[in-house]
Amino acid sequence: MASTDIHLHDQLGHDHHDDHHHDHHETFLTKYIFSQDHKMIARQFLITGILWAFIGVLFSVLFRLQLGWPNETFPILETLLGAWAEGGKLSPQFYYALVTMHGTIMVFFVLTAGLSGTFSNLLIPLQIGARDMASPFINMLSYWFFLLAGIIMAISLFIQTGPAAGGWTAYPPLSALGQSNLGSQLGMTLWLLSMTMFVVSSLMGGLNYIATVLNMRTKGMTMFRMPLTIWAFFFTAVLGVLSFPVLLSGCILLMFDRSLGTSFYLSDIYIGGEVLTNGAGQMIEGGSAILFQHLFWFLGHPEVYIVILPAMGMVSEVLATNSRKPIFGYHAMVYSIMAITIIAFLVWAHHMFISGMNPFVGSIFVFFTLLIAIPSAIKVFNWITTLWRGSIRFTTATLFSIGFVSLFISGGLTGLFLGNAALDIPLHDTYFVIAHFHIVMGLAAGFGLFAGVYHWYPKLFNGRMMNESLGVMHFWITFIGSYFIFWPMHYLGMTGVPRRYYEFSQFETFNKYDDLNMLISTAAILVFFAQFLFVINFFYSITKGKRMPASLNPWQGTTMEWTTPMEPGHGNWVGKIPEVYRWPYDYEVDGHGFIPQTVSDEQLKQLSKTNVHHS
Amino acid sequence: MAVESLHPASADQQWGGGKSPFNVSYGKLMMWYFLLSDAFTFSALLISYGTIRFMSPTWADPNEVFNGMPFIENANIPLGFVSIMTFILILSSVFVVRAVQEGHMMNKAGVVKWMFLGILGGAAFLGCQAWEWTHLIAGVDHGHGMTIYRNTFGAPSHFGQLFFLITGFHGFHVFSGVVLNIIVCIQAAAGVYERRGHYEMVEKIGLYWHFVDLVWVFVFLCFYLL
Repeated sequence: MASTDIHLHDQLGHDHHDDHHHDHHETFLTKYIFSQDHKMIARQFLITGILWAFIGVLFSVLFRLQLGWPNETFPILETLLGAWAEGGKLSPQFYYALVTMHGTIMVFFVLTAGLSGTFSNLLIPLQIGARDMASPFINMLSYWFFLLAGIIMAISLFIQTGPAAGGWTAYPPLSALGQSNLGSQLGMTLWLLSMTMFVVSSLMGGLNYIATVLNMRTKGMTMFRMPLTIWAFFFTAVLGVLSFPVLLSGCILLMFDRSLGTSFYLSDIYIGGEVLTNGAGQMIEGGSAILFQHLFWFLGHPEVYIVILPAMGMVSEVLATNSRKPIFGYHAMVYSIMAITIIAFLVWAHHMFISGMNPFVGSIFVFFTLLIAIPSAIKVFNWITTLWRGSIRFTTATLFSIGFVSLFISGGLTGLFLGNAALDIPLHDTYFVIAHFHIVMGLAAGFGLFAGVYHWYPKLFNGRMMNESLGVMHFWITFIGSYFIFWPMHYLGMTGVPRRYYEFSQFETFNKYDDLNMLISTAAILVFFAQFLFVINFFYSITKGKRMPASLNPWQGTTMEWTTPMEPGHGNWVGKIPEVYRWPYDYEVDGHGFIPQTVSDEQLKQLSKTNVHHS
Repeated sequence: MAVESLHPASADQQWGGGKSPFNVSYGKLMMWYFLLSDAFTFSALLISYGTIRFMSPTWADPNEVFNGMPFIENANIPLGFVSIMTFILILSSVFVVRAVQEGHMMNKAGVVKWMFLGILGGAAFLGCQAWEWTHLIAGVDHGHGMTIYRNTFGAPSHFGQLFFLITGFHGFHVFSGVVLNIIVCIQAAAGVYERRGHYEMVEKIGLYWHFVDLVWVFVFLCFYLL
């Protein structure tokens, strides 16, 4: 209701000039590069993430060229890639490197750092009413370690033996022995080094998010008055802080196996008929390759929730705001996130049903895997019921959020198939798995990221907004195109087409799907180019975008970030931090269009009186 | 500068609206969560130890491996030296507890004194570990010693691999702790905490130090007792 577009923040328009006084002392270096302002760090994470997303998705287009047109040559590839694509055809070695790097980059650099790094940094202080993170300095280091991890990974792309090529899961012995694969030489060493830096970055970020959420909330912001975004970021951080160290341990053991000749993961290896020996000339034996899989997936599975939870939180927020309805089942949402966080630690071995694990142990992991579907389903139900009979505003962010729910359902249902050990055995390592996790984790989290960027863009870039028409176009091409990429993969997978194969022309069973692969690749290229709509919109709007309305609250949201000035300085609020009096989902309550969290009951009564007076 | 306005002296102002809802500072909270995270790192290593040990048909007898003693040729004192090491580390923890206590009483001289003793304890532990490693690798009693490639105690080479990896990783934590303790000791002596009005940093670093001590108990259990 327009009459209740509450203008409590009149003073902010004036204060915003004062705010600039603070910035006078800041040099370019302290403001943009070594910034300790959480908003600037969020921008750094986002822009670095977009850069990596471009590289990661480009890699997928390259290997989709090979899969879609296995008999064609593309001379331009030789021009660009040189020896890696002699005669215009990707070498098998480089194909594996591309697949590995695509996975690593997208999972860690884009959907972990780019998503959680950006929005946890941006929204935690703004939505809980804090001036900055608990430790702005450690927060800054978190970005710099992420950048360092990225630089090391980027260097590995340019070395002579090429980047790691043993899959993003880096299973030994393939990843442990340089003799097995070119990519397992220097490339793998750099991969492990990069991951170690990434773990440090994630730990520093995560500790800050947890401490900030628990300790820095403004007066009145009780835990159950926090927006669902904050709950999601909080549990994401908990997941990261507890699961990444286990990857670190796994990586340390792998480094020892690779560089020092230990045999934690290695046993009875023969290379060209010769037995593999250690530095003392003894046969390497007694290690367990499965041990690495356990250590890896103890991180690897929580990792998918690290990727999806922030997206879930942001989608909840965007859907409630744009349906003009309170979120349905706020407490159920919170407890679902909590349940997902706990169960996420108990499902890892469902990635290992065919590893020769005891079937009884497998059945326990089946149980927990199916159990985690319950909180996930509760969340889906609540998003749909939030939309149900709402006055939905179809902004770009809303579209991406609805797209998220659609993808999460499509991809989630196939998760139930794969979570069953009996069904997983035929489906394991086929395109069915590729379809499942790309839809439920990759695309859905990507859509969450887009929803977040379109929705909170004014808070990221000085009150400017992105172009909605371009945004809507971006959404529809991406949404339809993505289904065209991944839906056919279910059929491929059900007939047994294995993932990670360079080509299928020699397999009569599989080479009849060439047409389908061509369709998938065409869609992938289309979706890749559609992302430029986003990139152009994003970079154009930084300086040229429309300013948000004078209310400083373009979506009429209730949360605290919309009470900050047009261009919040370091410290976010001028003067005292507003207090919080209510939960964040008061939409269409008692005749009010929306009631910001910072409005007290007395102020509300006052407002109602004036409204009555006017009408 | 904006950064300064972020950290005013009084904690009340820092939150603007209210006070910290938890009766613990964010720094201490972060330290606790870091320790939880680090506990997972060590747990993963010790679980890997368990996995490999239970896969091995044989394992070394700690009484036979760890029976050396400095200055005594061919000593056969099972677990004698490691008991001294463990005692030193625990003693060092006690010294740091005293330093924290002096910090609560705002006694600068006391903090510096006990912190210094704590550092000595940590350094002594590292020295002991260096001796133990050298002794094992050189293998004074057995002709040739234990490395990551071979084991002379009738056990698979994994005994040495895991021993050097995990005690080394713990030793690295002790080393980091000693460095942190030295920094804290110097800052305390320079009056940094006195000016700040509290010695919480001593307490936070102390938490880390006790954690390293606690981890040693588990490492000790796995390699020396079981």
